[in-house]
Amino acid sequence: MSNSVNQGPIDKSIDGTVKYLDDRFSTAGFIKRNMRKVFPDHWSFMLGEIALYSFIILLLSGTYLTFFYKPSMLEIVYDGSYLPLKGIKMSEAYASTLEISFDVRGGLLMRQIHHWAALLFVASVSIHLLRVFFTGAFRKPREINWLIGTGLLTLAIFEGFSGYSLPDDLLSGTGLRIASGIVLAIPVVGTYASYLVFGGEFPGLDFMSRLYTIHVLLIPGILLGLITAHLMMVWYQKHTQYPGPGRTNNNVVGYPLLPVYMAKAGGFFFIVFGILVLVSALVTINPIWAYGPYIPDQVTAGSQPDWYIGWLDGSTRLMPNWEITIPGLFTLSLNVLIPTLILPGLMFTILGLYPWIEQWITGDKRAHHLLERPRNNPNRTGLGVMALTFYAILWISGGNDIIAQMLNLSINAITITMRAMLIIAPPIAFVITKRICLSLQHKDKELLLHGEPTGRLLRLPSGEFIEIHEPVSDAKRAVLLSRTELPMLPVPASHDANGVKTPNLWAKKLQRRLSHWWSVDQVPLPTVAELESATEHTLHELSEAQEQGVELTKDTPAPTSNH
Amino acid sequence: MSNELEHEGSSILPVQQTSTEVNTPVSVLPPHVLRRADIDPIAATRAERQVSIMFLLSALFTLLAIVSFIAIPVDQYVRVPGAGVTQASNLAVGFTLGMAILLIGLGAIHWAKKLMPDEEVTDSRHSFSSSKEIRQSVMEEIRLGGQESGFATRKIVRRSLLTALALLPLPAVVLALDFGPTPKNELRSTLWGKGVRLVTDPTGRLLRPEDFQVGSLVSAHPENLHDWEEENHNLNARAKTPILVVRMSPEELRSTQGEGWDYQGIVAFSKVCTHVGCPIALYEHRTHHLLCPCHQSTFDLADSANVVFGPAARRLPQLPISVDSEGYLIAQSDFQEPVGPSFWERG
Amino acid sequence: MSTNRKTLKLSRFRKHPAAILVVLLVGLFTTGGLYSVGANAANKMTGREAVVDIESIMSDPASIDQGNRLFATGCATCHGLKAQGTSDGPTLIGVGAASVHFQVATGRMPMGAPGAQVMRKKPIYSEEQSLQLAAYVASLSPGPAIPTDEQLDWMDAELAEGGELFRSNCAQCHAFAGRGGALTEGKYAPSLMLATPIQIYEAMITGPQAMPIFNDKTLTVEEKQAVIKYIEYLKDSPNPGGLELGRYGPVTEGLFLFTIVIGALIAAAIWIGVKAK
Repeated sequence: MSNSVNQGPIDKSIDGTVKYLDDRFSTAGFIKRNMRKVFPDHWSFMLGEIALYSFIILLLSGTYLTFFYKPSMLEIVYDGSYLPLKGIKMSEAYASTLEISFDVRGGLLMRQIHHWAALLFVASVSIHLLRVFFTGAFRKPREINWLIGTGLLTLAIFEGFSGYSLPDDLLSGTGLRIASGIVLAIPVVGTYASYLVFGGEFPGLDFMSRLYTIHVLLIPGILLGLITAHLMMVWYQKHTQYPGPGRTNNNVVGYPLLPVYMAKAGGFFFIVFGILVLVSALVTINPIWAYGPYIPDQVTAGSQPDWYIGWLDGSTRLMPNWEITIPGLFTLSLNVLIPTLILPGLMFTILGLYPWIEQWITGDKRAHHLLERPRNNPNRTGLGVMALTFYAILWISGGNDIIAQMLNLSINAITITMRAMLIIAPPIAFVITKRICLSLQHKDKELLLHGEPTGRLLRLPSGEFIEIHEPVSDAKRAVLLSRTELPMLPVPASHDANGVKTPNLWAKKLQRRLSHWWSVDQVPLPTVAELESATEHTLHELSEAQEQGVELTKDTPAPTSNH
Repeated sequence: MSNELEHEGSSILPVQQTSTEVNTPVSVLPPHVLRRADIDPIAATRAERQVSIMFLLSALFTLLAIVSFIAIPVDQYVRVPGAGVTQASNLAVGFTLGMAILLIGLGAIHWAKKLMPDEEVTDSRHSFSSSKEIRQSVMEEIRLGGQESGFATRKIVRRSLLTALALLPLPAVVLALDFGPTPKNELRSTLWGKGVRLVTDPTGRLLRPEDFQVGSLVSAHPENLHDWEEENHNLNARAKTPILVVRMSPEELRSTQGEGWDYQGIVAFSKVCTHVGCPIALYEHRTHHLLCPCHQSTFDLADSANVVFGPAARRLPQLPISVDSEGYLIAQSDFQEPVGPSFWERG
Repeated sequence: MSTNRKTLKLSRFRKHPAAILVVLLVGLFTTGGLYSVGANAANKMTGREAVVDIESIMSDPASIDQGNRLFATGCATCHGLKAQGTSDGPTLIGVGAASVHFQVATGRMPMGAPGAQVMRKKPIYSEEQSLQLAAYVASLSPGPAIPTDEQLDWMDAELAEGGELFRSNCAQCHAFAGRGGALTEGKYAPSLMLATPIQIYEAMITGPQAMPIFNDKTLTVEEKQAVIKYIEYLKDSPNPGGLELGRYGPVTEGLFLFTIVIGALIAAAIWIGVKAK
């Protein structure tokens, strides 16, 4: 390849570049190893790509916005071109956002691209996380990348909220007022923390410039670093793949980086970017001019955060009004602390540690590169749906006023119902999901043993009618057989062979009990003997059918039985 | 550790062998099916044409985007059916630019799908674990390095280093102390005080009791707020002073927070929610309920603004009001308790 | 008005050489016709039907008499024969003509099914009949009168001032865009998009249902005119960024994201993953 016969100008430039770089950094080896790197193809693998691309779009559009935005809370009188606010006092931050929207060509477009991309960024990170969770892609060796992903989601939410707050309109100011209330609720140091954050009392004059630096420098910097690490790990460890014919735990099947994957991934970037620009051209997002400037004594009905804060707003709305006061000593605002700090802290900790928690329960420390079908791990899937239900109820509660308005319901009734649902619904969701998974396992076993019903009847010599079954296709068979039975830990011995007491026996017993619970319900896979006799039976049935002249949909398949 | 299914050294396992080799997945890739463009040169040419049309259209849209950017003034508006009156520049530039970008993506994907090789290839995975020998030697070397440094044996050096390192972040914390002043009594006091007159928000008119009828609602501020803001140029005072003044018939007023704090059924309460500080003014004058739009805490203004629903734990502080010699509504004093959200030292 | 200014700019711009190009361009991506704003500034000052002479109806004994008859058949069941109130409906003594006119002209009265809130619907009585009813109730005992044309003269009010007053007095319940919002126990602040200037004025001075009262002392006539001007602006204000999604704020934006945007992107991802034939 290196000395091509056709030495056209392109070949020359390729050769030249490769040589130039290799002479200096010995890159040829690296490129050789990676140029044809294989990436499996599946739509659900592109969710993470959406997140990456929206992040790039955020960097581009955000940089543009910084050229016009003024992170200043200094009060000025508006004299721009938006008439309904002419002569109104407002902060420079808000005035400059109005300027971007009404006086800069393409400014409104960039603002809308930036905001839509921000919503999409957090959304695609979240959906990507769900895909990774439900397919077990976080298992060894990818636990650390899961942890990084959790960190990315947390930072994305903070980054989103800080950006939502920068325009200093009535809605975002209300959000900041709530944030200041949350900081005040921190035990012991809350008041001091609030004074340090806001440079004194709320709202002060310092906060917007501080938040700006955090939004455009600090968090994006960390995000960039973590995203790089996230991608490098995916690259190095190679992508997981769904089960299928020819796909094993020891290989990766897909398209080579050059050219197919590069074209598809690159093309998808343009699709994500293009759709975002189109949406920004056609659909309003965050009409800050309509909200008016932030003034601490004004508020609008339906004050809402962006979608990714909605669940925290919901938890705050559902929380009973618990507050502990010891007069003369202190006030502990559990009504603020629990829903806004303790609950999300707990949820994100569990989320980040989940791979290790599951590993500890199952004792499974093998490396997994083949994705697990959600049904094949009923407890994980059940827990995931349970957490999603919990989240969804909080999320819906965050919009209880809008729901009440649109559906003509009582806001109080919604809140009370949601309080009950928050406790009742998640366990029910778990049980239902687990049952569904198990019955799907049964169905899979049936398919393996008895094949697929063809809908054609066969009359047996005895006069009995049976339905003809065909063996499942190779592709399906490969998927069905990809299931790994969930391991169960042995009962821990109280003493080892030398009669020494096992340390932490209680923990080991708990672990064993959980491992038992985790795997005891699973439908056992058919044994070799069962499969063979089932195959024989099916073949026999088919040949009998052919004798009787029953027409089959396809030629009698020779089931792959190389045993 | 013995009860864990750990396989040292070779972390890649064939799929678990619970029911013998039945579990080995079918290990052959399905046969590659040729596409129409692979067999039929006409189909290939057609695909090629489609791709290049998309790229050319993209180029056209880019040019249109530049033209729209330059030609359409930012304050020109057009009426679009379904969307109403919208900024022409945003619509035109956004639509053309969006199409230009999208078409490159669509073209590239179409190209990849129709014309680039679509035969899947297989690559093998390798265990990430290094060989036992290498691991062993690395562990040995680290141990050796540790010994050579004397980190383990020279206790005084180790402890003094750890002490130094532990202290080093403290200056960063100290630096943060100047991010803001130390809280004093600001959270406990507002601009209200004895004899301060009530003025309407935002128009600043003085208020008399006879301005109110039963059912009236007024958002008000202290008269001195205006001068304070002229002097201080921030919104800190405004975040604490706003009050709601309502009038109900005296028999509807079941309780107030202090004796003589109302004036003939006119009561004034802090407008700042005691939950997390949103301004509240969703007043239902027949039930006397006041609803916070942020988290739906509901207060009963006829009953000392006690909480009747929602996450707020405390009633809204009441401002004792009266009338001065000229007949204007005034405050009898500042609030008797801190307004707004709770804080630790509130007690 | 802002729209006038824009029309002016637009016409100036028509002489620009690139104008044809722009027109072509705009035509490329819009399916329907486009027309500039500000062409119709119909006289919608009061929202009244011009044919009705309010002053004469209110003072005419014949119309009071006619109102009495309408009242006896349509209202007395709940409000009592002498409007003194029953267990089914409150007394109307002292509510004034403005209140009656508001309730009847917005179709809220006569009330349909009882509920947390009486809803706006198609009025049962004609404008003239509403006024006759108002005249009758006002004749029983004085109360807030129907606003005069002078009081309703909002066209020259300050838009920005109206916006500020709206945000400090109205937005808390009716929301920033006047699209309404939820109150407690199933009550709600209605959308203002259908309210005419006279109805807005009447609502402010009478405080229908949960709404508090903003009389001419706490919110002066000029201030009310400014508020009306802002609400009238909100009814037909531009959406600079495109589709407004109901102007409910971030909730509908999130909904749009998760249905349309994510839906389109996943469809694209599926298309990418499917093998070509």
